Amino acid sequence: MSLFLANLSLLLALFSALVAPIAGCAGGIWSRLGRTPVLLGRLGPGSAGPGEERRSPRISRLARIAPFILLALSGGFGALAGIIALRGGATSTATVALGLPWLSWHERLDSLSGFFFCVIGLPLIAVSLFGPGYVREFEHGRHPLWVLSFFTGFFVAGMELVLLADDAFLFMIAWELMSVGSYFLVAFQHEHSANRRAAFLYLLMAEIGAIAVILAFGVLAGFGGGLTFAALRGAALSPLWASIAFVLALTGFGMKAGLVPLHAWLPEAHPVAPSHISALMSGVMLKIAVYGFIRFTFDLLHQFHWQWGVLVLVIGSASAVLGILYALQQQDLKRLLAYSSVENVGIVFVALGLSLIFLSNGKTHLGTLGLVAALLHSLNHALFKSLLFLGAGSILYRAHEQSLEHMGGLIHRMPKTAAFFLLGTLSIAGLPPLNGFVSEWLVFQTALQAGTLDSGVLRSLIPTASAVLALTAALAATCFVKVYGVAFLGLPRSHHIAHAREVPHRGMLAGPALLAACCVLLGVLPTPLIDLLGRVTQPLTGFVLPDISALGWLWLTPVAPEVASYAPALVLFGILAVGWLSYYLLYRRTGLEPRRAEPWDCGFGGLTARMQYTSGAFSMPIRRIFEPVFGMHESIEVTTDGPAATRVRALRYHFQVLDRAWPILYEPAGHTVTRLARWVGRLQTGNIRTYLGYSFFTLVVLLWMIS
Amino acid sequence: MVWALAILQTLLFIAAAPLLASWLKRIKCRLQNRRAPSLFQPYRDLRKLYRKRPIVPYPASWIFRAAPYIVFASTVLAAAIVPLAAVDLPTARIADVIVLVGFFALGRTFQVLAGMDIGTAFGGMGSSREMTVSSLAEPAMLMAVFTLAMSAHTTNLSQAMNYVHDTGLVLRPSFVFALGGLLLVAIAETGRIPVDNPATHLELTMIHEAMILEYSGRWLALIEWASQIKLMLYGVLIANIFFPWGIAQDFSWPALICGVAAIALKLALLAVVLGLSEALFAKMRIFRVQEYLGFAYLLGVLGLLSHIILEAARVHH
Repeated sequence: MSLFLANLSLLLALFSALVAPIAGCAGGIWSRLGRTPVLLGRLGPGSAGPGEERRSPRISRLARIAPFILLALSGGFGALAGIIALRGGATSTATVALGLPWLSWHERLDSLSGFFFCVIGLPLIAVSLFGPGYVREFEHGRHPLWVLSFFTGFFVAGMELVLLADDAFLFMIAWELMSVGSYFLVAFQHEHSANRRAAFLYLLMAEIGAIAVILAFGVLAGFGGGLTFAALRGAALSPLWASIAFVLALTGFGMKAGLVPLHAWLPEAHPVAPSHISALMSGVMLKIAVYGFIRFTFDLLHQFHWQWGVLVLVIGSASAVLGILYALQQQDLKRLLAYSSVENVGIVFVALGLSLIFLSNGKTHLGTLGLVAALLHSLNHALFKSLLFLGAGSILYRAHEQSLEHMGGLIHRMPKTAAFFLLGTLSIAGLPPLNGFVSEWLVFQTALQAGTLDSGVLRSLIPTASAVLALTAALAATCFVKVYGVAFLGLPRSHHIAHAREVPHRGMLAGPALLAACCVLLGVLPTPLIDLLGRVTQPLTGFVLPDISALGWLWLTPVAPEVASYAPALVLFGILAVGWLSYYLLYRRTGLEPRRAEPWDCGFGGLTARMQYTSGAFSMPIRRIFEPVFGMHESIEVTTDGPAATRVRALRYHFQVLDRAWPILYEPAGHTVTRLARWVGRLQTGNIRTYLGYSFFTLVVLLWMIS
Repeated sequence: MVWALAILQTLLFIAAAPLLASWLKRIKCRLQNRRAPSLFQPYRDLRKLYRKRPIVPYPASWIFRAAPYIVFASTVLAAAIVPLAAVDLPTARIADVIVLVGFFALGRTFQVLAGMDIGTAFGGMGSSREMTVSSLAEPAMLMAVFTLAMSAHTTNLSQAMNYVHDTGLVLRPSFVFALGGLLLVAIAETGRIPVDNPATHLELTMIHEAMILEYSGRWLALIEWASQIKLMLYGVLIANIFFPWGIAQDFSWPALICGVAAIALKLALLAVVLGLSEALFAKMRIFRVQEYLGFAYLLGVLGLLSHIILEAARVHH
């Protein structure tokens, strides 16, 4: 049943890719028919124009909306399949007669892939609600809309197929479908050279990552004697080979997930895609990489070594803190959100690293807790990051602006969007009682149990990692307070922001509303979901968190009731009750209506929007404090006039924060590749006799090998 | 019964907070050879503000109006979960010490957003500085708290206080580090000298006051009250975690009265220490704060590491 639904969801996604081109073709033919009155002999030349106008909007509307309806259905069925698989805990498998002659496709839906189907499903529904309104922008643009929906369909189908794959071959096909589909989406607006560059970088790194994943599967397949996951699970690996496979998998999946230092493509590629695609890429696709890593390490390898855990923990911590530090310095909203994805994926990997360390030390209970925290944070991040990207999309749609430096005061102009964005902001900033806090709290709870380990090194390493995590959490709050304060509050900093209006389509509000509701719900009542996650951890670690709600369903007690407890619903109730009570006592009882007045301007008069703190100014102290982390270019341009240029007329301050990973890793790597290519290029003399010589020698060598 | 007691304790907390602030002011006045106002002056100030008509600046949105209530509510909720005079109250289980840090962050977030809502240079300046200070102070606080949590094997405040109380007076290096770290953080987070100065309205130096510059009337009253509660919260945390003696471990009247008296005494002494330090130190410039808080963070990490290396090993073997 669940597998059927999952396949249905997959087919719907594929169909959504095809419906727009078909409708587009049909529309083209239709309008061409109408325009050739001589052939038809019915319509006069005068009536062709209006006829075309009457039909083509309807068809173009269909071509615009139909893919999203199918995607929404795909998301809905996917989430349903996921929930059934999670609740039932049963695994269903199927073999599809496609693929290689000797290896048909194996499909399998278990609780882990079921959970990730939910991670895809919810944001996908929201995106499908948001999309029909949003893509109107592209309707009369330079590029045909069907290209967008065509590749979106393949991208989504690829992600779903990754989850269903039960053999390495199908997995890689699905993985490539996902990568290549999203490549075309990143390159959708390819008239800008920056977009082409970002798309190429993305494709390049995606393929390098894919090679690492293939090699990782190759190691397992070499020992397991088959490409099905069942065979890979049976592979008897020595710790050395297991470690090689693990490192390859970490590289491959980590590159897709955007772990530091393999993250460089992420802040380039995610922002240039259309916003609803950015939401899917940042919110969902990175989670597929997390899924791949969990599937490979916890399920297929099923060995745990503390060294692996330490590696993942260190890389995760570095990603978390560097991701948020760079996010804090971005002025482009979508780029900032992309860097914050690096941070959140970092948090997920910190939890996974903790889980690996505890599992390798035989602390199954705590290892399970870490895994649960990682899964929960994956879902939470999918929800709030999609929400924020959709919000950024709404601003882009209405004001054609994605630089924070030009925003401001949008809460007055787009009040509903602002309200949903606020919930997303509070969630991602990790504030109680919203969902981001729950998962971060669980990670901290896991880390705090480090005292139960025997090794002194690990016991001191984990608290250090949690120190980094604490810094990350605080910086994340700063970062998103900046985003909200600069973009939505204060005075508008540019003309078109000042004239922005609320989004016109209900769907563009319904999508964010759905995600915001999920954020609140999962924040306030996390226990049912965490209980369900036990079904996921059972096959992977052989353990279910026993007393997650030992004090009742309102209370979250991850380790034991006396160790830690958190009742988010009561927290929300308490905040509402105290807030309302103070409001009632202070306002209702006095009835003093507030008076409107000018803000304090030190008596000089004439406050303008330019006197506000900008995004760059807000994060300046952090920039100074963490200066060594950034590659910074600052310059001050002074315009002077008067005799001997003594009077300063204007000052212009420029700053640019560059990712340090480029000069340290990528540029040397690029140079090395170029140098190697040049060296290999010496073979190519351009002389036909040399080439004939090569052929001859190759032939001789081959003959010699055969005989 | 226990819930009623818990609510009573929270009310006592809220009611006593202005008193602590005025006691602190009195000590500072004494040290600076000034005449101190009455101990009940903060209550009069609050009542005066309560009766005034508040003013909303033109660019402000609903965030500006809602923020004082959220700030106040989150601080009250924080007060509800910190054991004041008695441990083992049911409210302490609603949230642990990490959530407590989260409550502070929630209140601060809305405070900062309200500062940016009015679109003036002051609001933005105060907000930016507040977030900078807190993004360094919060991890330092968490580190100090984690030291305690790992020693006591719990993040529940009530359990942790029980643990320290029951193990008796043992001089642990980790606790000394954590205490130092937490003291530094408390000074930074409550906006006291040398990080911020609650008495200043000099534009270039203020942090917290710049953010709330546009507030007036009942909103200002709520924010002022919330910061007084926050000051007391840090005081109670330090007093009850590191010196929990006297706190009521059962709910009999003598024990409770003894608990109230004990915490009053501890807070009064703590205020003397804080007043002394405020009189002795000058406010530092903003780009020295990271060194100060970096030191607090380092103390926290040292506390944690010394616990792990020196103390936990002893427990294990």
